[in-house]
Amino acid sequence: MGEFIMENRMILAIETSCDETAAAIIRNGSDIVSNVVASQIESHKRFGGVVPEIASRHHVEQITIVIEEALKQANIVPADLDAVAVTEGPGLVGALLIGINAAKAFAFAHNLPIIGVHHIAGHIYANALIQPMEFPLLALVVSGGHTELVYMKEHGSFEVIGETRDDAAGEAYDKVARVLNLPYPGGPRIDQLAHEGQEAVAFPRVWLEEGSYDFSFSGLKSAVINYKHNMDQRGETISPAAVAKGFQDSVVEVLTAKTLRAAREYQVKQVIAAGGVAANKGLRTSLEHVFVEEGIPFFVPPLKLCTDNAAMIGAVAAQMFEAGIRGNLTMNGRPGMELHSWTE
Amino acid sequence: MIWLGIETANAPLSVAVVRDGTVVAEIVQNIKLTHSVGAMSAIEKVLATAGVQAKDIDVIAVSEGPGSYTGVRIGVTLAKTLAWTLQKPLVGVSSLQALAANSSLYNGLICPIFDARRGNVYAAVYQGVMLTEIIKDKHMAIEELLTKLQAMEVPILFVGADVDVFWDTIVAALGEKAQRAPLSHQLPRASEVIRLAIQQELPSIEATHHFVPQYQRIAEAEANWLKEQKHE
Repeated sequence: MGEFIMENRMILAIETSCDETAAAIIRNGSDIVSNVVASQIESHKRFGGVVPEIASRHHVEQITIVIEEALKQANIVPADLDAVAVTEGPGLVGALLIGINAAKAFAFAHNLPIIGVHHIAGHIYANALIQPMEFPLLALVVSGGHTELVYMKEHGSFEVIGETRDDAAGEAYDKVARVLNLPYPGGPRIDQLAHEGQEAVAFPRVWLEEGSYDFSFSGLKSAVINYKHNMDQRGETISPAAVAKGFQDSVVEVLTAKTLRAAREYQVKQVIAAGGVAANKGLRTSLEHVFVEEGIPFFVPPLKLCTDNAAMIGAVAAQMFEAGIRGNLTMNGRPGMELHSWTE
Repeated sequence: MIWLGIETANAPLSVAVVRDGTVVAEIVQNIKLTHSVGAMSAIEKVLATAGVQAKDIDVIAVSEGPGSYTGVRIGVTLAKTLAWTLQKPLVGVSSLQALAANSSLYNGLICPIFDARRGNVYAAVYQGVMLTEIIKDKHMAIEELLTKLQAMEVPILFVGADVDVFWDTIVAALGEKAQRAPLSHQLPRASEVIRLAIQQELPSIEATHHFVPQYQRIAEAEANWLKEQKHE
């Protein structure tokens, strides 16, 4: 499958897989015409994490407002659109269903095709909104729910060569943040603290068996919890910055080393990082450093395209649209959806 | 005037098209097909049967809850997105009142019930063909409902597919005063949702954005959080 030349192809994309209600208009798979995100983070802060039922309720409140805003900012009407794209999974099922049903109703009302998109494919394709993707390509996807190394030999071809066997990297960040009594969401605060830290507490690196591209972060998380517990028992105070730095060093070292090894083995032309944790400065700096040395182009999308958004869903859908992929009005939310190729 | 009615508040599904006071087409089913799969296709089908295109719809009526959180949200999301994007008004009707409407010719009190699990129900009490509200829609223990009903001196008709779950408890508390609606009144009908919606004043198009389900219950996490706030 080669590159398609798209002519003013306009896609409305909707994403509601977790705690952001988002809609975007994407032209030709690469231009962001509008990108609207209504975050619920203030509401979930009270609970120290995302509460699925609360997330679903907020999505219903916001969904038409967000879609209307995306159309308005793009200055287009439904008749200008070629398709409606929506995140089909994975994610919180109740949350996914709001986006999916809104997408179905909109598509039906305007007689448009509907395309169901995989959320992780979206994170990877966020890069297509910044510069053209060059294949073969390696993507490191790191977020609150995912830690995956994905090899792509062409558009629409996904091979998950490594994934977490327990906690996602972002999940470990949130849990460690809680141990350190940092407010939700903890990830960015640990990143910040780690940069302030001079000393680093020594925590283990989990490499798993030789040659594996899989990850495991639950042992590291437990090591942090045990460290805090032991220090408390001895009546000693911990240095949050040293803990944060020790934790982050461990995560970043493992993620960087495995990504580099995979990039070499698969001889990729481009490496990209994607997902909320890709915004982490420590990780970004480390990956940039090794891939400059290695001579492989490395990209990370800007922050607003790293966190959940609909523009990235539109970027995937544009490729799927050209490949003739269509969903229908019986589309269901797929909370555990696997990343499958649409080519082959 | 062409109305589209949508009812997915609990396991049963119903959609209907009413044109100038006539029910043109209606689907009523209770087949354990999740609404996320079946609801939009059912709307497509009922409109096709009625020979109506989306743009021809003048008003949309939806059953707004209470009921299954996800079920209510699917109906409301479909209804609200259609209404907004077609720029037509959206009218909400209580899911309990819509179910009670099946039996509105009953000479006594009408008590629609949805099972809310763990001995709880969503219930209300209505009376007469205009379905006057006697007890408001509420989430409560079945005992609380029955205590209220014991004080009432008229026969009470229980309506809904979930009456089965509570029937023995109801009879034990109310005796012969309790009656069961016939089989054909068990499932909610979107045509009744439309009938009740027709009696309301049409909201503005702008109001659609702010249309939300009537859950009649705050989320568990929120209830716990509020409790904690009081303790502090």
